[in-house]
Parts: sequence; C-alpha cells; structure tokens
Amino acid sequence: MFILILRRMLVAIPTLILVSMIVFSLQKLLPGDPVLTLAGEERDPAVLDYLRDKYRLNDPLPVQYFAWVKQVATGDLGRSLRTDVPVTTLIAQKLPVTLQLAAMAMFFALIVGIPMGILAAVKKGKPIEYGANIAALSGMSIPNFWLGIILIMVVSVQWRLLPASGYVSPSEDFWLSMKTMLMPALVLSTALAAYLMRHTRSAMLEALNADYVRTARAKGVSARGVILRHALRNALMPIVTLVTLLFGELLAGAVLTEQVFTIPGFGKLVVDAVFNRDYAVVQGVVLCVAVGFIVMNLLADVLYILVNPRLRHS
Amino acid sequence: MTVSQAAPMPVAPRNKHRAWNKFKHNRIAMAGAGLVLLFVLLAILAPLIATHGPFDTSFTTIRKAPSMAHWLGTDELGRDVFSRLVYGARASLLVGLVSVVIALAVGVPFGLMAGYFGGWTDSAISRFTEALLAIPFLILAIALAAFLGPSLINAMVAIGVSAAPKFIRLTRGQVLSVKNEDFVQSARALGASDTRIIIMHVLPNVVPPLIVQATITIATAIIAEASLSFLGLGLQPPNPSWGSMLNTAKNFMTQAPWMSIFPGSAIFLVVLGFNLLGDGLRDALDPRQDR
Repeated sequence: MFILILRRMLVAIPTLILVSMIVFSLQKLLPGDPVLTLAGEERDPAVLDYLRDKYRLNDPLPVQYFAWVKQVATGDLGRSLRTDVPVTTLIAQKLPVTLQLAAMAMFFALIVGIPMGILAAVKKGKPIEYGANIAALSGMSIPNFWLGIILIMVVSVQWRLLPASGYVSPSEDFWLSMKTMLMPALVLSTALAAYLMRHTRSAMLEALNADYVRTARAKGVSARGVILRHALRNALMPIVTLVTLLFGELLAGAVLTEQVFTIPGFGKLVVDAVFNRDYAVVQGVVLCVAVGFIVMNLLADVLYILVNPRLRHS
Repeated sequence: MTVSQAAPMPVAPRNKHRAWNKFKHNRIAMAGAGLVLLFVLLAILAPLIATHGPFDTSFTTIRKAPSMAHWLGTDELGRDVFSRLVYGARASLLVGLVSVVIALAVGVPFGLMAGYFGGWTDSAISRFTEALLAIPFLILAIALAAFLGPSLINAMVAIGVSAAPKFIRLTRGQVLSVKNEDFVQSARALGASDTRIIIMHVLPNVVPPLIVQATITIATAIIAEASLSFLGLGLQPPNPSWGSMLNTAKNFMTQAPWMSIFPGSAIFLVVLGFNLLGDGLRDALDPRQDR
C-alpha cells in the first residue's frame, strides 16, 4: 500500500514541474517588451536597463526559469506590479472568501445531485428519469453569470429578499454572511449538481447490474437495502474522486459568479489583475490554482487507496 | 493479397445505418439538432433576418422596452437587441467551431502518437496533458486571453488550446483499446507502415467518440466565449457578442431587464442544443452505453 501511495506521489512531481514551466512561459506570451509594460510611462533608458537587470530579462531563458522557480519554492510569488503588495498576501486575503463560496456551492450540489442521480437510476425508463436528465442538461447549459443576473433581478430587486452583492465574513455576522452567499453559491452549484447527478446515475446503473446486487436480491434483501447498502456504497467511490476533480470547475465558475455578485474573492482578484495588467498576480493565481488542483488530485487518489480494501491490502 | 483486404475495417456500414436509425428515433436528440440548426440558420442568414443594423445607434430609442418596432427592445445606445442577437450568433458559433477545430488539430495527433508509440513518447505527452488539465479550463483561457490580449481570435486560440488535453486523453485511450486488435496486428504482419496503420486502421475507430466529444466541447466553448466576452476578454465592442451584451446589460438590470434576458436565453438555448445533440450522438454511436 505504501509503495502504491509513494509511486502516486512521485508521478505528481513531473506534472508539477511542467505546470511551473507553463505558468512561467505565460509571461513570455506578452506582446512587446515586458520592460515597457513594467515601466509604464517611464522611457528613460537607464530606468529600463535597471528594470531589465532587476527582473533578469537579459539572462537566457533557462536561467530566468530556474531563478523564478527558486524564488517560488521559497514561497515568494513576487509583488503586485500595481500595489507592490506581495502576491501571496493578496491570495491569502482572498482565498477564504472563495473557499466559503465553493464549500457552500459544493454542499448544495451534493444534496441535490446525488439523490437525483440515485432516483434517476432506480426509476430508469420512467418519467422521473427523463425529467432528471433534462434538468441536468439544462443545469449544464445555463451560463451561471446569466443565472446570477436573473436571480438578482427577481430575488433582490423585485422581492427584496436577499442582498444583491457584497461579502460579509462569517466571523463578523454568521447569518448575514450565509444570506449574502446563498444566491452566489446556488448559482455556482447548478453545473456541479448536474455533473454529479449524471455521474451518480451512471455509476448506480452499473452497480445495480453487478453480480453482488443480484446476489443480494436473491438472498432476499429489501429493495431499499439493495439500493442503499449494496449499490450506493460501491457507486459512491468514483463520485468521491469526481468531487475533487470538480474543484477546478468550482474555481473557474467562481471567477464569473464573483464578478456578477461583486464578491471580493479569488476570481475577482484574477479579473481585476487582468484589467490592471498586473501579470505577477495573474501568474501567481494560476500557479496557486494549479498546484492546489494537483494536491487535491493526489489526496483523492490516496483516499481512494485507503478506503478501497482491494488496494489497501495489496 | 492487399493490406486492406486482410485487415477488415471494424466500422461496418451496417453499424452506421443502425446508429442513424437509433439517432433518428431519439426525440430529445432531434430537438437538440433542431435548436442547433435554428441558430446556424440565424447566423448564416443574419443580414436577411435582422430588422435593423447591429451597429445603428439612435438617441431617440435608448433602452426602449420590446415593441413592434424593436421586438426585443433596444440597448443603452439605442441599438436593436434582436438584430444584435442575430449577428451575435455568428461570433458564438464561429468561436465554438474554430476552437474545437483547434482542439482537434492539436489533440488528435498527440493522442494518436501517445497511444500508438507508447513508452517514452506516451509518458512525455501524458505528463504534459496532466499539467495542462491541472489548470482549470476557464482560468487557463482567461490567463491566455489576458497575456495574448483581448480579441476574438485570441479567445478562440485560448479556448482551443485549453480544450485540447481532453482530446489527447480521449484519442490516446481509444488507440490503446484497438492497438492490439487482430486487424491492427495483421496489418502490421503484412508490413504496413506505422503511418498507414494509424491513418487507415486506428483512426476510423477513434472517430465516433471524437464526434461526441467535439459536439459537447462546442457547447463548452460557446459558454467559454460568452464568459470571456462577459469579462471583456472576447470580442471587443461595438461588435455584437452575447457575452459582451450581457456585460453591459448587467449595469441596467433594473431599468432594462430585456437587455439581459434575451442574450442569456440565446446562450442557454444554443448550448442546450449542442448538449442534447451530443448526448443523442453518444447513445447512437457508442454501443457500450446500451443498458
């Protein structure tokens, strides 16, 4: 088992290195001389030379890359070109906001998606299955920023039920925080709930056709017992992995949701950085997200090994 | 004896007919095809269907509600929302199509190489794919669009490149599953070159799942384009795009709700159309899904 986990961890290393190369080369895509972007209005050759030297732009690419990796490895993602605040500080400030949004969205997606998927599999061929399928496809097709706009128009403007935008920290006022985050989290959860429903449905269908389910039925286990104790327990395994993979979708969706509801999170940080041409921040955020995703994947696989008896005892 | 005689193509014409028959009787899939067709016609016939010019501004018709003169109302510059919507279909479908072509052009050759040659080539391509997949689709597209500069072409490149890893993975998996089949082995035994085996014997087996994935990716790409344009990183104003229409519309939510309602509905319907079509194609083309 430990060898299995160790091997899985080793495979993550080349992926991490490649991700760092991709993120590093992003800045090389910038059209024109990056020094001119850094210098802003400044055109004094002495200043430009100083900047070139400071950012090691005269060094060959591999040297630049290794210097950058060394810096990043010590936890230094550089400073915002705009505000001179360290990128890590900015990320540390914004991340909790997005994590709260993501956690709430994941919660809604789980409580809607999984029961709907089970129901669709059990009621195969019945109107319920068609209904659930159409609902899932609609959930995947609806642009979440548009759904956000419509909800704000109806719930906040017409009915005046929930705040339309902003963010309140849960430590400040827990209920108000939940209230402001409710609509964004619902909007963010639609596509996720749809994916979860579809995957639960197909995993359940597969499990319900398996031999052990037939055996359970033959020995007289109740229909409910078969579904919950035998089929669902096995079907949930691939879903655990899926949930961690959907982490990336959540972050990407959060970019748009935060924009619509003006939530000062991770997504808003990237978009504002893009418009301020604050490339250090964009680069830092992309790197942070990718590393987070690789670690989540790694954890999912380790978890999979730990809970799967066949792998645990190998 | 020629190679093609010795190595029968596994995709028999009979199967193609069966797939078409299955697809034809799937009412939901046909509805999807209908929706897609409707938007394709709107895009092609835009100049004939639009009631006004998409750029025609007018001070007298600023933010007017839907009426006989302006079926879906007007925007903040007095432009006709219906006409901009019709022209906007062009940007959406074009981005959807071109970015999927880019994703296929990048993804399929690499996937074929990784699956067919295995070993070192496979490891290198697979690790690179994993690295690209580690960066969420939209975040990679936003970063690329940001660094390349905002424009429709850069949005297509960004979306296409971000979607490519999925095609590499899919192609590689399919190749692995047919590589050791008898018909490939016999072609090799008869001395067919790698290129010939890949193109004549392996590729045809990869095509059906690729069609399904491409259809679904068009849906994803259209949403991605709308998202980029919504953020201001796609098609630049004053050109009509559904995403950028929503971007301005969100500032007039209370005064002019029609500015938001219609472009969003258009995105929803066309994406739903491609998703329904993709699901139907999967049911028809992939016999393993039969349950």
